[in-house]
Amino acid sequence: MNNETLISVTRLSRYYGKLAAVDDLSFELRRGEVLGFLGPNGAGKTTTMQMLCGTLAPSAGSIRIVGVDLLEQPREAKHQLGYLPEQPPLYRELTVDEYLHYCSRLRGLSRPSSAAAVARAKGRCGLDSSGSRLIANLSKGYQQRVGIAQAILHRPAVVVLDEPTVGLDPIQIREIRSLIRELGEDHGVILSTHILPEVQAVCDRVQIIHQGRLVLNENREQLAHRTGQRVLRLGLRRPPSQDLLAAIAGVQRVEALADERWRLTFSDDTGSAEELAARATTADWGMFELVSEQRSLEEIFVELTCGESFVEDQASSEAS
Amino acid sequence: MLSIAARELRSLFLSPLAWVILAVIQAILAYVFLIQVEVFLQWQPRLAGFPGAPGLTAIVAAPVFHTAAIVFMLVTPFLTMRLLSEERRSGTLALLLSAPVSVTDIVLGKFLGVMAFLGCALGLVALLPLWLLFGGSLDLGLLAAGLLGLALLVAAFSAAGLFMSSLTAQPTIAAVSTFGLLLLLWLLDWGSTTGSQGAGELFSYLSLLTHFEALLQGIFDTRDVLYYLIFTVLFLLLGIWRLDSERLAP
Repeated sequence: MNNETLISVTRLSRYYGKLAAVDDLSFELRRGEVLGFLGPNGAGKTTTMQMLCGTLAPSAGSIRIVGVDLLEQPREAKHQLGYLPEQPPLYRELTVDEYLHYCSRLRGLSRPSSAAAVARAKGRCGLDSSGSRLIANLSKGYQQRVGIAQAILHRPAVVVLDEPTVGLDPIQIREIRSLIRELGEDHGVILSTHILPEVQAVCDRVQIIHQGRLVLNENREQLAHRTGQRVLRLGLRRPPSQDLLAAIAGVQRVEALADERWRLTFSDDTGSAEELAARATTADWGMFELVSEQRSLEEIFVELTCGESFVEDQASSEAS
Repeated sequence: MLSIAARELRSLFLSPLAWVILAVIQAILAYVFLIQVEVFLQWQPRLAGFPGAPGLTAIVAAPVFHTAAIVFMLVTPFLTMRLLSEERRSGTLALLLSAPVSVTDIVLGKFLGVMAFLGCALGLVALLPLWLLFGGSLDLGLLAAGLLGLALLVAAFSAAGLFMSSLTAQPTIAAVSTFGLLLLLWLLDWGSTTGSQGAGELFSYLSLLTHFEALLQGIFDTRDVLYYLIFTVLFLLLGIWRLDSERLAP
């Protein structure tokens, strides 16, 4: 049950004229998983989201939602979907209650079950006291909550959120993030964003998409392994022998660099800098620099998305 | 489909535009109605002498309905302009498209919603001649034929407006192009007096006006009714096709 595949995307492509916005993309989403969808602007995130939710038809490939083909049986498949587009789809002239009731009817809920669903969704999104307010009069953060309430109203198996925390204040962002985590326990959530700490805070798995292609698909542990290694660069006027440096607890690798500098790679990040600094002063190594070179998700992101385009530029210039 | 229609109707009544439109329609038609009642009162002694002279309904209701047709031609574009263009602009179209409803449901729901509103407007228009029942007798058959004609005409207007609204994200553009289309189809009749015989007949047939006038005179011809039904269905299909093709790869 907990490992049930909710979305399987196979060889999905979408062209705008000659431009491939999404190019041969395949991935899966399981129940109880929050999947972070990362990419620079124009990488094809929103296009992918739109195709997943049936508002855009793919040029090629297939999408199955809880085993139902979205293109062949759109009605059945869409019952399992909740979607919050980049711009929350709100009718400003309606009150929150009216709007949510309309949405639940649109999703095919019956009148009695719709009242219960609206109450539940409002509770979850902290909208209990705003039911009779006009959406137009709500602040941006509350409008965003109404948008999320709309997406989880009918208890869909899959919730797709396109940049849900844009334009919110820090407290609201925290609240929305904890809501997303909560949702991830019994639904499958796809979260598109370009805010990297957000991904580290809430996602179980990260996919980085660049120029329409998937360049990284790793779960939390794999990612932790990538970012967990801590690298320190230090400058020493009177360096000890390399063996002495390697003997410091936790040091995995020692590299001698130019200009009296050394790079130490630690296997974990527990108190390594502290011990190093203490040793350097007691043994009088003449330390003049100590810089942390931790690999963050940001670095991985930049490496993957910029490197790729560089390679491609080279390829295209070679071709021409 | 019905929930889309209900939402549309609610939004229409929540906007001041709908109320202003109702008020404008009613004010203009009430004026025409009063003039025609006056005309009837002046003519009544002379008309009484003729057998088969036009009666109260023909003199009062027919001009009211005729004016109503023109007024509806002016106001329907304003009612239909927002139907799809506003959804597109505010991003709510994504909500409809990601919901388990078909494009046909969306378009028909919108059409029904705006028709329900126009039904209210038509009801108010029908009340004007019905007032005369207090002081005289009416040819209810003639009245019903006129009302049916007006309803068909308004349905055709709305379908055309809905299609125009599906083409753009700017309500104003939708309104102007709907109005242009309707006016052109209305005036097509003028072309029938010039040019060759065949073309004249064709223009006259295509005109929105000619089919309406027969109904106003109480002549119920299936061809006229069919003309409006085909017109309406055609534009609804075009709207569905347009909305559906938007999702597809260019």
